[in-house]
Amino acid sequence: MNWYAIKAIYLSELHRSWRTPLQSIASPVLSTSLYFIVFGSAIGSAMTSIGGVSYGAFIIPGLIMLMVLTETTSNASFGIYMPKWSGAIYEVLSAPVSAFEIVVGYVGAAATKSIILAMLILLTARLFVDYSILHPLWMMLFLVLTCITFSMLGFILGVVADGFEKLQVIPLMVVTPLAFLGGTFYSISMLPEFWQKVTLFNPVVYLVSGFRWSFYGTADVSLTFSLVMISTFLLIFLLFIWWIFKTGYKVKV
Amino acid sequence: MEDHIIDVRNLSKQYPSGFQALKQVNLQIKRGEIFALLGPNGAGKTTLISIICGLVNVGEGEVLVGGYDVVKQYRQARQQIGLVPQELAIDVFAFVWNTMVFSRGVFGKPRDDAYLEEILKALSLWDKRHAKIQFLSGGMKRRVLIAKALAHEPEILFLDEPTAGVDVELRRDMWRLVEKLRQRGTTIILTTHYIEEAEEIADRIGIINNGEILLVDNKRDLMKKLGRKQLILQLQQPISQLPKELQKFVFDIDEDGKKLTYDYDDNQSNNNVTEVLAAIHRSGIELSDVQTKQSTLEQIFVGLLEESK
Repeated sequence: MNWYAIKAIYLSELHRSWRTPLQSIASPVLSTSLYFIVFGSAIGSAMTSIGGVSYGAFIIPGLIMLMVLTETTSNASFGIYMPKWSGAIYEVLSAPVSAFEIVVGYVGAAATKSIILAMLILLTARLFVDYSILHPLWMMLFLVLTCITFSMLGFILGVVADGFEKLQVIPLMVVTPLAFLGGTFYSISMLPEFWQKVTLFNPVVYLVSGFRWSFYGTADVSLTFSLVMISTFLLIFLLFIWWIFKTGYKVKV
Repeated sequence: MEDHIIDVRNLSKQYPSGFQALKQVNLQIKRGEIFALLGPNGAGKTTLISIICGLVNVGEGEVLVGGYDVVKQYRQARQQIGLVPQELAIDVFAFVWNTMVFSRGVFGKPRDDAYLEEILKALSLWDKRHAKIQFLSGGMKRRVLIAKALAHEPEILFLDEPTAGVDVELRRDMWRLVEKLRQRGTTIILTTHYIEEAEEIADRIGIINNGEILLVDNKRDLMKKLGRKQLILQLQQPISQLPKELQKFVFDIDEDGKKLTYDYDDNQSNNNVTEVLAAIHRSGIELSDVQTKQSTLEQIFVGLLEESK
C-alpha cells in the first residue's frame, strides 16, 4: 500500500477546500442556517410537532442530509474533474499508485470535508433550534457512510463528465430534488397513501429516515432497511469505480 | 550484456479511433545515457512516452523499466520515472511548495524538505516557493513541472518537448540541470523539435516516424555514417561556367558565380577532395577562401524522413 500517495492526495484535496473557505464552508453553512431561521424558527414555531418532535428540530437531520448530499457530490466531482480538465491528472496516473489508493485519497478527502461541514451545520443549528441526539454513534455511522457513498458518486461524475455544465447536472437536477422530496421537511406518513408508495422509490428517503432515527428514535422506514439501502449504494458506486479503473473508461486509452 | 534501463519489445498501439500510433517498436535505452527521440508531429513520440509512463495502455508487446513490467509490476516501474509533459498541465491554484510536496508524496517518497529546496534552487524557483502557480509566467510554470518531475528523485527523466516556447535563460538552466543529473547517473529521454539541442546534448538518437523507429544510433556514429561534407570555395573573380578541368566534378555554382560548392562523403577514402583541389589549381581559378562544412543532424533527420516516405 502506497500510504505516502494516499496522504499526498488526501491532504492536497483538503488544501484545495481551505483555499476557498467561503465557497466550501461558509456558503453551505449560511444557506442551511437560512433554512433553520425560516423553517425552524419562523414557520416552525407556528407548526405542530411531528411524532413528538418540534418541527424546527424535526427538519435538522433532513437539512443536514440535504446539504451533505449536494455538497459531497459536487465537491468530490470537482476534485477529480479539475485535474482531468487541466491535464494535471497525468501525475497521479503515472505515479506508482493503485486505483484503490487513488479512490481512498480523493473520496476520503471529499468525505472528510462533508463530515466537517455536517458538524458545523449541526453546531450552527443549535443557535436557532433546540434538539437532542438519541443515538450519537449511529448518527456518526450514518453520516460517515453517506459522506463516503456520495463522495464516490461525485468521483464517478467527475470522471465521466466532459464539461463543467455536466458536472452540475446530477447534484442540481437529481440529488437536490430527491433530497427535497425524500422527507427532509416532512414525514412521509403525512403524504396521501399513493404518494407514500411512490416516495419509497426515492433512495434518499432511506438515508434521511435512518439519520433522523439516530436523532429522535422515530423513522419512516425501518433502520435495517435504511442500512441495507445505503450499503447497496456504496457497493454499486464502488463497483462502478472499480470498472472505471479496470477498463480505463474516460481515464486512459 | 548492456544494462538497459528501458526495454521496449514489439510494442504496437492502436487507438480506439483506429489510428495506429506505434508499429512493432523495439527500443532499448541504456542506463545513464541522454537519449533524444526525434520525429515530426504525430510520429508516435508522445504515445511511446505515455505508454512507458503508464498514461496510455499498452496495446501489444511489452515494456520493461529497470527490469519491471510496466503493467504487471507498475509500482516498481513507475517509481523510477519522472515525467515532464509537453503541455503546462498543472493545478494553477496550488502553491509551488505544496505542489512539490504532493509530487514527492504521490510517488511514494517520505517528505524531504532539504531535497525539495535543492531542486527549487537549481531551477531558480526557491524565491517563488510561496507563490500561487497561476501568477507565474509560462517559463516559470515549466520550471515547476520540471521540479515536480524530479521531486521523487527518479532514475529516469522524460522531457517531452521541454524547451518548446521557453526563453534562452530557462533553456540554459535546464541543460545545466540535465548535465548535473547525468553526472548523478540519471537516464534522460527527451523529445525536441530543436534538433540542434539534441545534437548538442544527446549521447544517442532515435528517429521515429509513422509509429516506426527508423533508426537508433550513437550520435557521433550517426553523423559519421549519414553525415555529408561540403567543400565551399569562394572565388576572387566570378565565373559563368565551369572550366573544363572541373567539368568532371559535380559543382554547385551560386547566382553570383563567386561560390562553388562540392558535396562529398567524408567516410569514403576515394572522396576526390585532393583531385578537386588539384583541378582547381590547374584551372587557374584564384580562391579567396576555402571552407568545409559538416551536414547538421537536422539535415540528416530531414533526409531520413524523406527516404521513409
